[in-house]
This record gives sequence, structure tokens and C-alpha cells, in this order.
Amino acid sequence: MTDTTEARPDPLPSAAPPLSEPSSWHELHLTVNGRPIRAQVESRLLLSDFLRARLSLTGTHVGCEHGVCGACTVLVDGEPVRSCLTLAVACEGASLRTVESLADEEGQLTDVQRAFHEQHAMQCGFCTAGFVMSCTAMVEAPERPAEDEVADQLSGHLCRCTGYRNIRAAVEQVLDDRYGKAGEEK
Amino acid sequence: MTTQQAAPASAGTEQEAWIGRRLPRVEDDRLLRGNGRYADDLGLPGTLELAFLRSPHAHARITSLGTEAAARLPGVHAIWTGEDTAALPPLLNRAELAVPAGLQEALDPLVRALPMPLLAGEKVTFVGQPVALVAADSRYLAEDALELIDVEYEPLDVVVDPEAALRPDSPRVEESWDDNVALALDTTVGDPQAAFAEAACVVEEEFRAHRYVASPIEPRGITAAPGGYDGRLTVWSSHQTPHRVRDTVAGTLGLDPEQVRVIATDVGGGFGQKGVLYVEDLLVPFAAHRSGRPVSWREDRNENLTGTAHAREQTHRISLAADAEGRLLGLRDEILVNFGATTITGLVVPYNSLCHLLGPYRVPHVHIDVKAVLTNTTYTAPYRGAGRPEAVFAMERAMDRLAAKLGIEPAELRARNLIPPEAMPYRTGLVDRAGNPQEYDSGDFPELLRRAVDRIDVPAVRERQRAGEREGHRVGVGFAVYLEATGLGPFESARVQLRRNGRVGLYLGTPSQGQGHRTSMAQIAADALGVPPSVVDVVGGDTDAVPFGVGTIASRALVTAGNATHRAGRLLREKILNSASARLGTPADELTVVDGVVLPLKSADEGAGSEAPEGLPLAALVNSPMTVPDGLGADLSETAHFRPPGFTFAAGAHAVVVDVDTRTGEVEIERYVVVHDAGRIVNPMIAEAQVTGGVAQGIGGALYEEMAYGPDGQPVTTTYMDYLLPTSSEIPDLELDETHTHSTLNDLGVKGLGEGGAIAPQAVISNAVEDALRPYGAVVRRGPLTPHRVRALIRESAGERGEAERPAVPTA
Repeated sequence: MTDTTEARPDPLPSAAPPLSEPSSWHELHLTVNGRPIRAQVESRLLLSDFLRARLSLTGTHVGCEHGVCGACTVLVDGEPVRSCLTLAVACEGASLRTVESLADEEGQLTDVQRAFHEQHAMQCGFCTAGFVMSCTAMVEAPERPAEDEVADQLSGHLCRCTGYRNIRAAVEQVLDDRYGKAGEEK
Repeated sequence: MTTQQAAPASAGTEQEAWIGRRLPRVEDDRLLRGNGRYADDLGLPGTLELAFLRSPHAHARITSLGTEAAARLPGVHAIWTGEDTAALPPLLNRAELAVPAGLQEALDPLVRALPMPLLAGEKVTFVGQPVALVAADSRYLAEDALELIDVEYEPLDVVVDPEAALRPDSPRVEESWDDNVALALDTTVGDPQAAFAEAACVVEEEFRAHRYVASPIEPRGITAAPGGYDGRLTVWSSHQTPHRVRDTVAGTLGLDPEQVRVIATDVGGGFGQKGVLYVEDLLVPFAAHRSGRPVSWREDRNENLTGTAHAREQTHRISLAADAEGRLLGLRDEILVNFGATTITGLVVPYNSLCHLLGPYRVPHVHIDVKAVLTNTTYTAPYRGAGRPEAVFAMERAMDRLAAKLGIEPAELRARNLIPPEAMPYRTGLVDRAGNPQEYDSGDFPELLRRAVDRIDVPAVRERQRAGEREGHRVGVGFAVYLEATGLGPFESARVQLRRNGRVGLYLGTPSQGQGHRTSMAQIAADALGVPPSVVDVVGGDTDAVPFGVGTIASRALVTAGNATHRAGRLLREKILNSASARLGTPADELTVVDGVVLPLKSADEGAGSEAPEGLPLAALVNSPMTVPDGLGADLSETAHFRPPGFTFAAGAHAVVVDVDTRTGEVEIERYVVVHDAGRIVNPMIAEAQVTGGVAQGIGGALYEEMAYGPDGQPVTTTYMDYLLPTSSEIPDLELDETHTHSTLNDLGVKGLGEGGAIAPQAVISNAVEDALRPYGAVVRRGPLTPHRVRALIRESAGERGEAERPAVPTA
């Protein structure tokens, strides 16, 4: 986890850090969880590593590094994105949200987080942030997503502990609370 | 819900308030906020990140290894090769490789132990074997350096198939051995030869349990830091057995175990894969020790799928002998286990298969022969079920073949052979894994099956089969019944401490990989002590918190650590009452603890009266140690150990209805019923989720997952693109039911349930698919039942039966 970059909007280091081989360095500006960030990053630095190692936002987990398991999902300008397949430099000017941003200032969990707790939709918790971020994006839509959209979104995440039943129940709970029960909207 | 036996007396407990409740998990809040601390989340200042160079060859001699160019790369701090680690003792999983005396005496097995060099020496024997280790300022730079390490390999002949490995002319994985046989034993009960000779009906089949893997979503992770203010080596690990890691790391590095502290972090699933010691568990602490810097290694998915234990691969040549009514007279099985490139856990998996083969059935005459061979594939080790799913697949498939031959309903055939509850405790005639006569302590297997059958409504499925489904579709029904020996010894420890803030610390040898111990173990401690579980803080797997421990493997934590917790809690309660007695001047036997307050028994009996009873809060007690009488000690803590007297048997019956699309080969699970029995349940919410999760993994193995090798020993499913884990779309809602036959072997009456769900799915789904494909005469002999394999099965079996009898092979 060693690097010489600063993750704060402080003056840039005078020289590029010495660990750039073979890639080059870029100055990156973005907003993470509402906080403006200016950082020097290598072009090859993955967004997942930028968040975890440079910003110490370790709530985003890396399970496969090839975009299948979904554990590393974060929201980039509101859209769920695999941070393990995204280069940090590609997020110039973007607004990112990670699981650490969800609870409000008083520390209250969101309805999605609460539902995962109430429905026991998590065991080891490693895949949970990914599921929660995807679901968060899904329930920000003005209308209740169709059943197959929900299924589609969930099938983009792997969980090895729960057998998914309780995850489906948690999502159902949030959807019902937000939009009314399926078929009886509004 | 049935309870065949009352809970054993719990040492005078007035209330059993917390065990049995669906208490929400205390773990969740931290994890939901992203505040979990997994092994790669620690971010110690100055940490070097590690990367392993791994063998690209299945079998090769290393002819040269050059690290100069890599070492010159900026940011690279150290590179170690086999030469640097040659002086260290090689890896040997001593606990697993040990043969219990009783087993040695009864069976005199051949158990060869092949120590594994920490980094490859002259030879590599599987793709993924660590060859060199790089420490650099970041993982990126470490991986750059791997590219610059210059290794020349001279490829050697490769053996992948276990049958081929048995042939005299096979390439030898270990050149100092005269063959590839790593384990051989056989056992006989009764007179199987006579039983087969007089049987009215004999079936003989070969079933192959295919290789698949645990695949926790978090790969392994280890951070190690040397020095510190106390000069010790600290290891934060995702391992399931931290105490074993401590002892082995110390042994490897020539340290006293007291100089090493291992702390279990939050763990992203283990399923057995993190329960075995691997060379990386020793090499990461070695790197910290040698470099004098904190180091961290996070396994990537490709490493996890190639370099970390695989599981399951076994072939069973199984025969059943029965009378005309289908009553089992004898069983013969020749089991061949593919160990992969080393003998990492020796007897564990093969012997588990052996002693779970008979399962819930009465089989008077038995011969089982087990061999395990080395091949140039990744080593295999326990994974959720650990030999049981393989055995149950073979046995339950054979039962269905027998039912088909006799023309008996498969569920009925099973019912005729189940051991009745009156026969408990029941001895099978086999020797168990601990070397004792195998004895089932308790269980009502017929009830499990009865419930599964009732839920499924077999006649309705048969009627659907007669009437025919929509075009191209066929339905099938399957059953499987299994047992699981749970609560592996030899012991587990728990320390309970009343702390100054009035809270209770509960320290266990067993870390949690997501099972929810902080909640369930707190429930046990709460009942033992008379405090609410919300004041109990559970710490599992910190070797400084309890000096001895085994770990969370083999469906043992609840049985062993749970009962140790219960004992320690009862002891501490006694100590508390004695201390309070000295303080209050009331005899201890007239006091009790309710809700964290010491009360006179009388006022506790009066219950929730209008007046607040006079009581002594536990915090007040611990904060006035001077009042503790001599001999009692000011430290209000107790440590207890639980040594299980034997295995306690959990059991279950699974039943499924599948719809097979014969045109595409796709198998859809219409219904999946589980009736399980894990004795007394501490937290039903957690227990149900454990069963459900296990079943999902079993469904993955039955239908999708396969770790496949090419004939050259190259693993071909080394990413999640190729190795298919089931997603939410593939796992149906299960129908769960349970019975509670309390264990007779421990005070709490509990049985293990972590693995159970994963044991039967492949058997039950294969049975149902074969039932659906009965018109084609298909016999399911291996998995996974992917569309491709189902289609091949239909084509081949239609071919076998000849033109005249077969239904037309459908086309998509």
C-alpha cells in the first residue's frame, strides 16, 4: 500500500513518483463520496486499487479482477461500474460513490443496507458492498424496475455464502417499500 | 418440528432465553458500512506487496532461474527462490496427515506424506506451484518483476488422469517413489462375498465425482508484520485455523510459538479452502521476517483457481447387493481419489468418503477399498462436505440404479433400508475418522425422508410423466439421504471474561468466515451466564486471546467452541455468584444472574415486579476486585475446553423435481426440498442460511462448476469466465423443513451444520435428471450436468439402446 501520491487536494508532488515504470502519470480530479480529490495516478492504476489503496476506502472489495463477481461495484455518476475493470484515469471529472457514502450524517443506514441486515442477506459480507451499490442504483430509478431487470441486475453479482434467497428477499423488501408491492404501484 | 429428546440438563439453568432465537446478526452493521477489515484492508505503513511467480508447466525440471533483471527494477525490494527457502522445513500438514492409533491398528493403511517445498526446487509438479516470491512497493511493480524473472523449464511427461497414474508405466509425480500411490487401505465388515453370492439383485456402476472448487468470493489474504514494540511477528490471516498457522509459521521460521501472533481478520468465506495450510501461509510471514518490513499478499482469482486446493475428484466402482424386496445385503466400492500433486491432507477426504458411504442405511456386509494417487494437477483438499458429497453421489446414484432394476420407487427403496431411530446409537462396523468404532449417536432418518416425500408428492410427478410435458421437456424426481459426522475433535477452547465495563469478552479458537459466530456464540454465552447477548463481544481466532485452538473446519465450531463457551460460561457464572456472595453476605446458592445483574433467587422468581429488585450489576462486581475473597481470584474469567467424546451425526433428506429440456439439455430445478436435522438450533435464521448456502454450492457443482484440465495438465477453467459459479438466476428458493434430534454427545445438544447442505445436491439432482431421462435409458455417471453433457447423455444412451426402442432424439 505504499505510494507517494497524495489523495488530498494538496499541492502536487514536485516530481513524478519513482514507481511509474512502465506507465505514465496523470493528474486526476474527481469527486469521491462528495469529497473533491486531486491525485497523481499511473495510467494503469485500476479504480479499485485507487479507492482501496490510495483513498483507504476498503469497503469496496475485489473478488476476481475480471469483472465477473461484481464485488467491486461502485457508482460512477450514478451508474454501477466494475471498479476492477475501470482505470482510475478514466474517471476524470466523475462523481463516485462507494459503500462508505451510504449511511447519512447521523450514521443511519439506507433502506437497502437495512434490508440486507433484516433479511439476513449477507454472511461473510465480502460481496455485500457490490450488491448494495447495484441495488442502490436500481432503486434510484423513478419507477419500480421490472422483475426481469431486477433479476438481471442481481445475476451480475456472485455470492458464495447465501444461496441468494435472502438477497432476493432484501431487494424485494426495498422495492416494495419504495414503490409499493409489485402490480399495485402507487 | 419434532424433538425426539428433551434438551440435556443444562446444569441448573433457570432460563434458556437466547438459544433458539432468530437474533439478528451483530456482524452486519460494520460490514454494511464498508467497515469490515479483511486481510487486505489493513494498510500498515511501509507495507511491501507480494506476488508469486507460479509454474506454467504441469511437470517440468527447472534448469535455470535468473532474478537479476527483476531485482534491478525500481521498487523491488526482494526476490526469493527455491534456493533461499531450501533450508526451511518443507510444508507438512501434520494434523491432517496423522493416522489415529485406532485406525492404524484396525486397517494398517498406507499413508505416504510428501512434504512440499515452500518454493519449487528442482522441479515443478503442477501449474500454479509457487516458484519465486517478489516483494515490491506495490503489487503492480511486483508483477512487473515477475515478468522479468527468467526461468527455463525442461518439460517432463505429465499424468493428469488418476487411472493413468496407477499404471506401471505412468510418469511419476514424485521421483523418489516407485509409483504414484499416496494412500491405500481397505476395510471389510461381515462377509461381503457371501452376501453378493446369495443376493437376488446386484447392481454395479462406476460414478465419477468431478473436480470443483470452494471459490470463496474473497481469495486468500495474509498480512504479516515483524518487530513492533514487543519484537514479535504478527500475522493477520484469512485462515480458518489460526493456531495451526501460528505453530507452523513458528516452526518454519525457527521461532518460539509465543513469538508469533496470528489474528483472524474478517474473512470473505472459507468453505474449507482456507482451512488447510499452504506454502503461502508460511512464505508471507517468511517475507516479513526476512525483509523486516510489513508485507501483504492478496491472492488473485487466477491464483485461487490454480494454486489453491481443488476438491472432490473421485471415482467410485460401486456395487450393491439386495434381496428381492430391495433390502441391502452388501456393498462393495473401489474408490480412487485424485490427490493432485501432493498429499496435502492425507486421509482426511478419502477416509471421510469411506465412512460416510453407508450413510443412513443398514448395510450388513461391506468391502471398501480406497486408493489415492498423485497426478500433475493442483492438490485436492477438503471443501464443504470433504469427501461426503462424493460418497453420497456414488451411494445415492447406486440406490437409484438398484431401484430401477428392482422396479421399486426410489423413495420406497430408501425407506426399506433406513436405520430406524430405535436402533440408535447405531454401530456400522466401520472405524471412524478418529479411529474408534463408528457410532451414529442419534437421528430419525425415516422421518426426514417421510417429510421430503410428503412435500414432493411423487404420484403427481409420475402422473405428469405419464401425461407428458410440453414439447421437448421431461420432468424427473429425485431423492437423496445423507449423514454427516460433525464436531471433529480433538478439542476447542473458549475463554469468558467479565470486563470492567460490565461487558463480557468471549474468546474462541474458532474464527468466523461469515457464519455469524459473534451472534450465535454470544447467544450461548448469554444463556450460560445470565446476561443479554448484546453485552457479549466475541473474538474468534486471535492466538493471543486463547493459547490453544483448532479452528473453524469440519462443521465443528458450534459443537466444539459452542460447548466450550457453554462450559466456560457456567464456570464463570459460578465464580460470579461466589464473588457476589462474599460481597453481599448471601449464600451463593441463593443468588442468580439475570440480565447482567446478580439477584437473590427469591426476587428473581418474583419476576418482573413493579419494584426494581435490589441487585448487584456485574460491572460493580468486577470493579471492586478487593472484595473478592482469597482463592477466588480478582480476575473474573474462566477458560474451558471441550473435547467431543465422538462425532455427533447430523442428517438430511433432499428431494427435487427437475424439468429437463431435452432439446437444449438445460436442467431447471422446479422444486428443491431440504429436510435437515442438526440437533438443537442456536439461531434458526443463521442455521437456515447455512443450509441454503450449502445447497447453492452443491447445485453449482451438480450443474455448472467444473475445474477442468487438458491432457497436458493445463487447467482450462482458471477465470470466472470459464469456471461458472451459479448466480441468483440459477438458484431457486428452497423449501426448508427440519427436525431436531438433539445430540447425546454434548451438553448443548447441538450438531454441526455448516457443510450439510452441500452434501446431497449433486446426488439428488443427478437422480432427478436420470429419472427425467428414463425413457432414453440414460445413466448419469458424472457431472456437472451442463446442457452439453445432458445432450451427450441423451444421444449416447439412445445409441446404446438401439434404434427400435429409443424415443427419437429431440433437436433444438
